[in-house]
Amino acid sequence: MSAVVLRTEGLAKDFTLHLQGGVRIPVLAGIDLSLAAGTCVALSGPSGAGKSTLMRALYGNYRAGAGRILVRHDAQMVDLAAADPRTVIAVRRTTLGYVSQFLRVVPRVSALDVVAEVLMARGTDLAEARAVATELLCRLNIPARLHGLPPATFSGGEQQRVNLARGFIGCHPILLLDEPTASLDPANRDVVIGMIADAKARGIAIVGIFHDVEVRDSVADHLFPVMPLQEAA
Amino acid sequence: MNEPRLLEANGLTLHFGAIPALVDVDAQLWPGEVLAIVGESGSGKTTLLNVLAGRIRPDSGVVQYRAPDGEMLDVHAMPAPALRGLHRSDWGFVQQNPRENLRMGVSAGGNVGERLMARGERHYGDIRAEALRWLAEVEIDADRIDDLPRVFSGGMLQRLQIARTLVTHPRLVFMDEPTGGLDVSVQARLLDLIRSLVARLGIAVVLVTHDIAVARLLAARIMVMQRGRVVETGLTDQVLDDPQHPYTQLLVSSVLAA
Repeated sequence: MSAVVLRTEGLAKDFTLHLQGGVRIPVLAGIDLSLAAGTCVALSGPSGAGKSTLMRALYGNYRAGAGRILVRHDAQMVDLAAADPRTVIAVRRTTLGYVSQFLRVVPRVSALDVVAEVLMARGTDLAEARAVATELLCRLNIPARLHGLPPATFSGGEQQRVNLARGFIGCHPILLLDEPTASLDPANRDVVIGMIADAKARGIAIVGIFHDVEVRDSVADHLFPVMPLQEAA
Repeated sequence: MNEPRLLEANGLTLHFGAIPALVDVDAQLWPGEVLAIVGESGSGKTTLLNVLAGRIRPDSGVVQYRAPDGEMLDVHAMPAPALRGLHRSDWGFVQQNPRENLRMGVSAGGNVGERLMARGERHYGDIRAEALRWLAEVEIDADRIDDLPRVFSGGMLQRLQIARTLVTHPRLVFMDEPTGGLDVSVQARLLDLIRSLVARLGIAVVLVTHDIAVARLLAARIMVMQRGRVVETGLTDQVLDDPQHPYTQLLVSSVLAA
């Protein structure tokens, strides 16, 4: 039994829409999720059930409404639901990685540097960070002639692969993947399956949302059901 | 997270006549981080920036800055020459209108070198070499070094102001709408420059902007102001993607997606 690297206790999330008369929309309640090193948990459930909301809450992108999000960081369990912003930033830098569904492109920054800056933020020098980034982009079949260009003009699939390279380059012990293969062709999908398998073999723990059942079956060790809540009366 | 703070403000309150410009505002800044202050016109964000930088005195409250030797300096209680000394070297201030900071009758190189001279540099060759290096950092061609700023475009002026500000390697830079009033293509280039220079040099920045996309791009933490009060503060992506306060929700939902 490997060490638990991420655990939620009674995690709940609702949204209060002040511009719509303060209507409250409960999305998650009583989420108890446990993730061990080297394993992959796939969130399953119908569209709109709150899978992406749970992912964003785990990353600290959405504020937890109640409960705890315990993450193993620097040999301690840190509660992200209660952590100050600077702690969340530190956890994201070295411990917790996230691949969103869409790449947020920054004008003028090349695909290579979009990927390399994850390592540079930790103090890796430019040349070494770019070398690792180049290798990863090549593995994801982004042709070398595109590495120096900003990804704004890339196709959806190319942008997603740049996003994946950015997510995987940090070798964060915990990786959150939101639909990592959604706009990929079969060949690239298989590359991503291989990268997830390699990551698990290195002890990296993964929480993923995979609509592609084939992908899910080949990488997930456990399914974690996320079911829609009843609307509050 | 007990790392010493670089700048700390507590209980800042300021009225302009009957109008509350700042109401009990606290702020903290750590070395090397970028903090954005957002809000609409009149929310008090530029006033707060000026109070933090010691340029406007609050009715009450304290602003403290940690000097390189570790001493906490009370920004509004220190002698004026000491504050000017801080502004000349350890601090920088980037204005929305670069003309307020640049000397329009002095060459581009002179504008950059002048700040070095104000700090005590005297060797002409070194100053010119450093000015050239900084013009290159902000992507101004070396052959423009002797040109007067008045022939520069708005974007070039703003880049020149940034070179002039950063040449002394400040630890803390205040920025007031640094990309305001620029064409979007010029703005993108400037944002990219600011983003990479600040990260590479480890400069702490307090950035005032009404543009939440600018805040998202540059700042790790954000403060949202409305009518002189801080209504929400936290991690930038969390505040913008999951805003809690009605005013922040309005601010975020009012942005047009391109």
